[in-house]
Amino acid sequence: MANMAQAIRMALHYAEENLGVTDIFGEDVGAPLGGVFTATQGLKTTWNAPLDERGIIGAAMGIAMAGGRPVAEIQFADYIFNTIDLLKLAGNTCWSTNGDWNLPMVVRTPVGSGIRGSIYHSHSFDAGATRIPGWKIVMPSNPLDAYGLLISACQELDPVMYLEPKALLRVKGDERIPGEPEDDRALSKMIDAPLGDRSAWKAQWPQLEAYAVPIGKGKIVREGRGLTVVSYGRTLPLCVKAAQALAEEGVDAEVIDLRSLWPYDWEMIKASVQKTGRALFVNEDTEVTNFGEHLMRRTVEELFYHLLAAPKLVAGKHVPGIGLADALEMASVPQLADITQAMRTLAAEQP
Amino acid sequence: MSRPRLINRDEASSPPIERELLVRMHDLMIKARVLEERLIQMYKQGHGYFWIGGPGEEAFNVSLGLLMKKGQGPAFDYLHAHYRQSATLLALGEEPIGALRQMKNTASDPYSGGRNFAGHFSAKRLNVAPVTSPIEVQYAIAPGTAMVQKRHGGDGITIVTGGDAGTAEGDFASCLVWSSRPANPLPILIIVTNNKWGISTCSDGQHGETRISDRAKAFNIKSKTIDGNDALTCYAELKEAMEYVRTERKPYFIEAMVSRLYGHSSASGANYVTEEVDCIKQFEARLEKDGVLTRQQMDDVRAKYTEEIAAAARTVRDEPQPSGDSIYNHIYAEKR
Repeated sequence: MANMAQAIRMALHYAEENLGVTDIFGEDVGAPLGGVFTATQGLKTTWNAPLDERGIIGAAMGIAMAGGRPVAEIQFADYIFNTIDLLKLAGNTCWSTNGDWNLPMVVRTPVGSGIRGSIYHSHSFDAGATRIPGWKIVMPSNPLDAYGLLISACQELDPVMYLEPKALLRVKGDERIPGEPEDDRALSKMIDAPLGDRSAWKAQWPQLEAYAVPIGKGKIVREGRGLTVVSYGRTLPLCVKAAQALAEEGVDAEVIDLRSLWPYDWEMIKASVQKTGRALFVNEDTEVTNFGEHLMRRTVEELFYHLLAAPKLVAGKHVPGIGLADALEMASVPQLADITQAMRTLAAEQP
Repeated sequence: MSRPRLINRDEASSPPIERELLVRMHDLMIKARVLEERLIQMYKQGHGYFWIGGPGEEAFNVSLGLLMKKGQGPAFDYLHAHYRQSATLLALGEEPIGALRQMKNTASDPYSGGRNFAGHFSAKRLNVAPVTSPIEVQYAIAPGTAMVQKRHGGDGITIVTGGDAGTAEGDFASCLVWSSRPANPLPILIIVTNNKWGISTCSDGQHGETRISDRAKAFNIKSKTIDGNDALTCYAELKEAMEYVRTERKPYFIEAMVSRLYGHSSASGANYVTEEVDCIKQFEARLEKDGVLTRQQMDDVRAKYTEEIAAAARTVRDEPQPSGDSIYNHIYAEKR
């Protein structure tokens, strides 16, 4: 099975060939590196931008205005913060011009902890992104969704923020991407650039198929009747793992992978919470004005009389950064034990 | 009648501007000035919340609009403007009533549907990118349209304009960097209209460089500082610069020294500043001296536009505002 970085690369290849993507660019995105996480190796429309994040977002907006279809990369979400007003502008362009202009552009950026990235390679951006209306925001938790969401993003008429959980970029999926060869090593030989001199190397792309995960649709990853867990990105597989472990204790958790943060699948959350009466929201962005807080507010306002317990949020600590030392990172963002404990407590709470 | 000649130019290499064009330039400059004065009046009468505009930049802005290759898509010129360019929009063929509607924030406002300030134009059909309040962001965006144009081929160019104060922003440096990359130099005309003020901050205290155009030299971008108050100079210099960008597919930089005749915006009172050079007065004196137009003819032009634009303002006054429940329209393109 492909890992997420390979899935992203294959989706971009598909998008270049079939969806009119004209520019895949950012810092180190083109040859020879093909992206610090290798997500853009071997593609035909890649190019290396100046080390200028504002320039990258601005250029993407201009390219989109003139009829191109750009996929811009900010190398780490930690460096997207100095582009906030341009992101705001991209988000309001259609609205402020009363529908005159729209910007079909994708911004990809790796987010979150998990690679011991220290203070400036561990930021989350999901809560920040949801504060910028006019964007669509997605965040996959497995390679197949990464492929399908990126295909959808490249078909959009509006700006899409594509958040890549960097801890999962090297994790292989359980499901094959349509068209992907059965042998993982064969795939690697075809599309992973060799170490050393790459000047003569060309990717041998598999015959990929159209597969789109619709933006705005979540996925029930594990069905259950005891409580609802809503997550996305790095923490999603941890929630599934916790749910599996707790099943032995008689806790029957339903786990939802939100996949899209905006628009998000409220109908799926609502139906699940109406069934279980208990809701836990899990992500790793800092906990104050966290996107999970919005989901909790809506859950309380709209589903109060279905609830058997107060909804809970497990999120990153409200600290200025994530420290390099193991113990500091582990203490700053949700780990398996934190999620397991929160689920256990929520399931046990009685009205 | 003496034939008008371009000033400061080698006459052998530059043909004189034809009378018809001079008359047209004058007409548009007056139209733009009367429009701005009407917008200020509307603001002062409570028919709008905020005024910002470009009285004082007509000589430059009309020339720019007349020289642009007008149309939609990369074969034509893109304009990433700032909020002092109503004269450019009029020279591109827009009618003043659109700007009046934007001032009155009516639902019929063609640029934003009552959502944005005066002078914040947007016209996809004319390749006019949306004008925004945060100064200089347009400098970061403009290289994108120029990149597509370079790839597209043809002679369409990107034009980006901003003020002198905004050159302190990083986006201005971004524009110089992105436009002049040896990997992909871009067909872009980078313009700074220098009125020597940033709201109330005088440029003398802010600029270490002798000329803003000197900054382009560091990037090997051809550059010039011109008298933006002189219509003939503006037309000739812009024509030459645009031809260079069109054919060479490389950047060019113009710093135009202009006046700010009514201050920064309504925030600074929007009153006429008598000590600044008025490009229209200067142009009219020349037209009269050269026998292109008589004083009476020029007064008639002003009277005609005063009447027409006043009538348009009365029309706009009765037009409805957008409804509150329209806030969710056009967040996304699909909702068109």
